[in-house]
Amino acid sequence: MDDLLRDFLMESAENLGRLDNDLVDLERRPDDPTPLHSVFRTIHTIKGTCGFLGLSRLELLAHSAESVLDLLRSGRLQVRDSLISDVLASVDRIKHILDVLEQTEAEPDGTDADIVARLDVWLDSVPDARRPTPFEAIAAISSYAEETPVPERQSVTPAPAVAPVGAESDNTSPAVDATDAGPDHRTHLADSTLRVGVGLLDELMNLVGELALSRNQLIQLAGANEQSEFVNPVQHLNRVTTDLLDAVLRTRMQPIGNAWTKLPRVVRDLAAASGKQITLSMHGAETELDRQILQAIQDPLTHMIRNSADHGVETPEARRASGKTDGGTIRLVARHEGGHVIIEISDDGRGINVDSVRRKAIERGLVRADAAAALTDAQVLRFIFEPGFSTADKVTNVSGRGVGMDVVRSNIEAIGGSVELHSEHGRGTTVRIRIPLTLAIISALLVGTAGETFAVPQIGIVELVRVTEEQRHLVELVHGAQFYRLRDTLLPLVPLHTLLRLETTSPSETSSIVVCQVGDTRFGLVVDEVFDTAEIVVKPIGRLVKHLQAYAGCTITGDGRVIMILDPAGVASMATISSRSSAERDAQEEAEAARRTADDATETVLLFDAGYEALQAVPLAVVARLEEFAADAFEQADGQYLVQYRGSLMPILPANPAMQLTAVPSRPVIVFSDGQRTIGLAVEAIRDIVEDQLRIERRAQRPGVLGVCVIDGRATEVIDTDHFLRTAFPDWHRHVPSGDAATHVPHVLLVDDSRFFLGLLAPALRTAGFSVSTATSGDAALARLDAGERVDVLVSDIEMAGLDGYSLARAIRTRPQHRAVRLVALTTRNSAEDRALGVSAGFDQYLPKYDRDTVVATVRNLLAPEQAAA
Amino acid sequence: MTYPASGRGSTATLSEYVTFRLANQWLGIPVDMVQEVLMAQRIARVPMAPTAIAGFLNLRGQIVTAIDVRSTLALPARDPSDGVMNVVVRQDGELFAFMVDDVGDVVAVNDDALEVTPATLDARWRTACQGIVRRDDDLLLILDVQAFLRLDHTA
Repeated sequence: MDDLLRDFLMESAENLGRLDNDLVDLERRPDDPTPLHSVFRTIHTIKGTCGFLGLSRLELLAHSAESVLDLLRSGRLQVRDSLISDVLASVDRIKHILDVLEQTEAEPDGTDADIVARLDVWLDSVPDARRPTPFEAIAAISSYAEETPVPERQSVTPAPAVAPVGAESDNTSPAVDATDAGPDHRTHLADSTLRVGVGLLDELMNLVGELALSRNQLIQLAGANEQSEFVNPVQHLNRVTTDLLDAVLRTRMQPIGNAWTKLPRVVRDLAAASGKQITLSMHGAETELDRQILQAIQDPLTHMIRNSADHGVETPEARRASGKTDGGTIRLVARHEGGHVIIEISDDGRGINVDSVRRKAIERGLVRADAAAALTDAQVLRFIFEPGFSTADKVTNVSGRGVGMDVVRSNIEAIGGSVELHSEHGRGTTVRIRIPLTLAIISALLVGTAGETFAVPQIGIVELVRVTEEQRHLVELVHGAQFYRLRDTLLPLVPLHTLLRLETTSPSETSSIVVCQVGDTRFGLVVDEVFDTAEIVVKPIGRLVKHLQAYAGCTITGDGRVIMILDPAGVASMATISSRSSAERDAQEEAEAARRTADDATETVLLFDAGYEALQAVPLAVVARLEEFAADAFEQADGQYLVQYRGSLMPILPANPAMQLTAVPSRPVIVFSDGQRTIGLAVEAIRDIVEDQLRIERRAQRPGVLGVCVIDGRATEVIDTDHFLRTAFPDWHRHVPSGDAATHVPHVLLVDDSRFFLGLLAPALRTAGFSVSTATSGDAALARLDAGERVDVLVSDIEMAGLDGYSLARAIRTRPQHRAVRLVALTTRNSAEDRALGVSAGFDQYLPKYDRDTVVATVRNLLAPEQAAA
Repeated sequence: MTYPASGRGSTATLSEYVTFRLANQWLGIPVDMVQEVLMAQRIARVPMAPTAIAGFLNLRGQIVTAIDVRSTLALPARDPSDGVMNVVVRQDGELFAFMVDDVGDVVAVNDDALEVTPATLDARWRTACQGIVRRDDDLLLILDVQAFLRLDHTA
């Protein structure tokens, strides 16, 4: 292909990509001259270059479009939808001609009379707007060249019949521009940019990858002998290679905006076709990511934007009917977060009707009816990602394209990303995509277990813990599952050799725990050895082992060995500790789910024996640690048992008053802490950790017991940790700094449909110096407020039957008399979208459930300015 | 050494096959699918992989999936003292090393000589083979690489 033609095609493709957006911008902001000028320049350049290359069909078409744009520029025509549609039609035709040009190097046969005629209508609507066609203009120039005398159109000022509109403002005479716009433009580009084929970049990447491997190998060889004269050169090679790798990686980085260029047009066309008003607002277009990933997300992105426009945003009438503004908004946001790129697509449309999805899932046999009723909304929404789960007809009542969210999910997951969907019926849908920055090279930790070496991506690693023989006791074995006491939490452990069914010849003396974070879940991967960190080149694993969840890929080490790269998310899901359980697994758990009621989530409960007939239970979330103390560790003072624990004295209370603490050589102790106070509860034996719902069936008479619930089919007493804290520190509440308590005791209204949590939180807030009242539903809470209960802070659960937390917050926020009430949301759903939803509903704070200290601290902080003023 | 084409018609074209042996059976793979033949290699095993997947080997920086063909075709395991050869096959841009007992000559076979795999053959073998060639003193099974790769390698 002719070099000139190739340059022209490349340049035009770039410019046209921008053009769609500019036109859509123009339509939205008709008074802003920037997009208009940009559009005009693009068309103008194309037209000019066409003349140069003798592409007459393209030139005529571009000329017509340019004439109309020129009238817009001079203000003689006003921006109108229909006008923009006609200009867009001409742009599409130009693209088509360019496509054919690229394939055949010749303009296609055919005529553009249809489009030119449509554009002419606009031209004719303005008197004297006709400009000379390029041929006429060229003729004028050539005659100018021949007959030195100045042509009349330049000498005579008022020459409306021939003079192009706007000619006085700049040199829009087409033929003249054709000669100087082209070369001028090229020098600009050549100064700072060079076009490089993508194939070459990929090859470069591969070569640098190989170089990095050789480098690793050399480092190993040179490292073996420190006296070697190779040490310095190898170190230098190492530095250079690292920089080179980085630079090559950067050549592959592109702003994500490149994948967005088509989207405004997609939205605009869909909106125009369906009579909707949709604004697409894009943020973070400059966020960079690897070209390979950019390509992979292009289709899923378009797909989801189309979904939002087609199925999400409603017609103006429908929006008005539900009290929204006529125009809907689709927000597209990208940002870096750690080594990942987060992309969020949200709309303020009709949302997804969870019940319809539920019905559909039952119809399709994805879940049994009784189990479906027990699934949370979030779990139900995951069915949308099931293959063949068309939401088009039933769910959104809009017929149209199949949604194919399963394809979106598999595309995203194929590049190591994840996708989550959150939707609120009537309020909109948010899809959140998390993808890695690059696929090619990652930083990894090399670990060994059972004689095999594995790489763990650094991105998923939070910390490393070395467990020596002496620290072995920190590993708790509960009901076959291992936990490690890491500071104030119990970390679930996944021994790698068990997970991968490796045979260990001899258990190693020491082991290491690689603490991994996947989503909101943390777990410890237990390995024998931790070797080193390395930059590794990720190689895909073949199709025959691709189904293995445990691996993200493989790599070649410095000494030429192939090692597997572990995928923490896959490992978590294999070990079934992932909080993001798939819809399939939820369906399998239906037997268990059937026992639950629709609005009660399960939680992890520690069961222990306190010498009572019934087992005792306490939510694991409030347990700081499990300890075991020898009988001689217990000291008696001030009528209380104490042990020396972490540099201070910790009161020990027997879980049962009848218990003889020192009767056994060593005694298990459950440690609770509320931040400032720590106590140990001495028990007979720790029995189990189970997942179950805590539904208090009966209030208890005995102090220290919140109530009785059924766990694992047995009546179990749930203990009141606050009772024990109060017993150990009887004067505690007097020390609580509650400001000038005499003048004003802040009042907290606690809303939760779980009596258990009311029972857990209310005492904690009371001991913190607040007066507390409780309500078990959003409706009840609202009724109390409306009845005039003076509330300073309302702390509410989100998922409740009837009026849920969001609706409650919105209802309160619409009542001016409750303006002063501070709202705190408490929930197990703690993703960024959830928080955003909470904030938009009117919550001042959004907190994870089960963290009593934070709740108390937050309530205190919210009231702090008030108390200072009092 | 090249076996003479044992076809009946002389007009048919000749196809070339790389031959290899599993126990006493000789098999052939179209020569244009074979990239190279390697001696025994260091193979990194992949925990949890199907049993017939011996692991990955590093062929000049490229990852090759090694398949123990005996295992996939449900033959008894190879005696550890016997040698092993790798026939490196490229399929859909991916490299596979077929671990076999021995590699023989490249033979040219008249396309007409290719007969339908007998129905009496074990189901696995029948799926994995696209035909059979009668030779003077034995039978040569022609492997259908694509079908072979699709077999269950968990055998």
